[in-house]
Amino acid sequence: MVLQLFLNGVILGSIIALGAIGLSLIYGILKFGHFAHGDLMTLGAYFAFLFKVQLGLPFWLAFVLAALLTAGTAILLNLILYRHLKKRDSVIVMISSVGAALIIRNLVLLFWGPQNQFYEKAIQMPIVLAGGLLRIKENQIIILVLALTLVIAVHLFLSKTKMGKAMRAMSDNIDLAQITGINTEKVIIWTWAMSGVLTAAAGILLAFDTHLTPVMGWNLLLPLFAAVILGGIGSPYGAMFGGLVIGISQEMSTLIISAAYKPAVAFTIMILMLIIRPSGLMGKKV
Amino acid sequence: MTFAGVFSYLVFFLIFAGIYAVMTMALNMQRGFAGLFNIGIAGFWAVGSYTSAIMTKGPSPDHLGGFGMPFIIGLLAAGLISALVALLVGIPTIRLREDYLGIATIGIAEIIRLVIKNEAWLSNGVRGISAIPKPMAGSFGSNYNLFFLLIVVLIIALFYYLSEKGINSPWGRILRAIREDEEVVKAVGKNVVRYRMEAFILGAFMMGVGGALYAHFTSFISPEAFRPMQATFLVWIMLIIGGSANNFGSIVGAFLTWGIWTGTEFLTGMLPAAYTTQAAAIRVILIGVFLELILLNRPQGLFGEKKYSSASTTADG
Repeated sequence: MVLQLFLNGVILGSIIALGAIGLSLIYGILKFGHFAHGDLMTLGAYFAFLFKVQLGLPFWLAFVLAALLTAGTAILLNLILYRHLKKRDSVIVMISSVGAALIIRNLVLLFWGPQNQFYEKAIQMPIVLAGGLLRIKENQIIILVLALTLVIAVHLFLSKTKMGKAMRAMSDNIDLAQITGINTEKVIIWTWAMSGVLTAAAGILLAFDTHLTPVMGWNLLLPLFAAVILGGIGSPYGAMFGGLVIGISQEMSTLIISAAYKPAVAFTIMILMLIIRPSGLMGKKV
Repeated sequence: MTFAGVFSYLVFFLIFAGIYAVMTMALNMQRGFAGLFNIGIAGFWAVGSYTSAIMTKGPSPDHLGGFGMPFIIGLLAAGLISALVALLVGIPTIRLREDYLGIATIGIAEIIRLVIKNEAWLSNGVRGISAIPKPMAGSFGSNYNLFFLLIVVLIIALFYYLSEKGINSPWGRILRAIREDEEVVKAVGKNVVRYRMEAFILGAFMMGVGGALYAHFTSFISPEAFRPMQATFLVWIMLIIGGSANNFGSIVGAFLTWGIWTGTEFLTGMLPAAYTTQAAAIRVILIGVFLELILLNRPQGLFGEKKYSSASTTADG
């Protein structure tokens, strides 16, 4: 039981981690909480639904196309909204992202309806491991492998490429980054693109594990923010770690409290972190 | 539609717009005057609604209750419990950057919704609380709603008077000074966190009262009645349209936005009945686009920020 919950937690945690990396970088570089992040995740999952189920493309192609389209949407949001508002109070940008979240969610509702959707209807028999102590579905193995691959790709991008290094530098200290001649506008666009890809991946994997609903991403917004704050705003590695911690805690919490209160766990961890160490585990001082 | 029909619809419309005006003034206290970022308005709203419903109803086997308190006690209790929730959320977050409070208020709104949904002994779960008593029910016959509108107007007037008085007092001057330049206020030795907290709590009190008015007017509340982001979002649009830190603007913004929101209902009402879900989605998209356009093109709202006198009229606090 404990082992099973832990495994479920790792699966949920890697999905949260994927979404949180982009949220954290945007937060670090653009200095605002992007409240449409959860709904961007939903959008990515539905884009993949469009390509895979409605248009009958293979899963990998649907995945890539959905990730690109979501990245495009993220860049577009920045272009028409956030870029113009960021000169002002950060609350204005945040409320505008709340607006974007509502618009996206209702567009999904409008085009795909409120009912649950599935990438595949067939029911998978779980593989039984460790003498019946652990059950895992084939899909969940794919989720773990894909999430791990993406995290390694992000790591290589951030540590080996010039753009990745510039992103980290900007997230760390924007003034210093500007002095060293980094093209900040270009870095910002790349940050949105990368966030879009990762967020779409998180949404697709979540839907792959369960199902699609228009509120799937919105329901994960609080865990995403909790992961970002736990790891330290602006720290992509902190966000990965924070995501895992939040995912595992949410699943393991059902040992002690009712499963209905799972979302409250992320909130509690976040508040505790804000009391003890508001800068997060790997972040700078706020 | 007959004249009487139009009139009764107008009264109905004004009551809802008025309840939203209470919410907008409350948000103005938090955001307009103190710069606080609350996107969990629906949570405080729900707390107010449920508190007053439970306090004023007679015994019921379905949920906590049986206090049978008068309406006015219900309103006060709603405000106080909502203020208490604000205190609890504020303690860990209000000293930090504004966005942390925003995230925390979303979180608390969600937890409140979960509690209402799952703790049936308290709130009758998803089935909700019905038959919430109306004040002086049975009097005024068919003009009852007019009487309720009067109550709403009185509350708006009271809150307007108190906010204006508060913001022109030494307390309000410090609050505004904090918004302009926090460091200066700190330098003169004022406890910035305390003033912010007070504005947050006062706003939450007003939201609680607004929630109570809603519960008594509709007589029925359930977790589904609080489409959380929708209510929160509408109040924000009202505030932004009215102009920040402007109580008069808040009230006008609330009536105007509620008018537009109701108008979109007429618009989408023309769609066939089979498209109700789509119609609801289109309404939210329209109002969302409307907000973004306002933010991009007229960020100061219709009335802009009210200039309050900085002259000292009373002894320094």
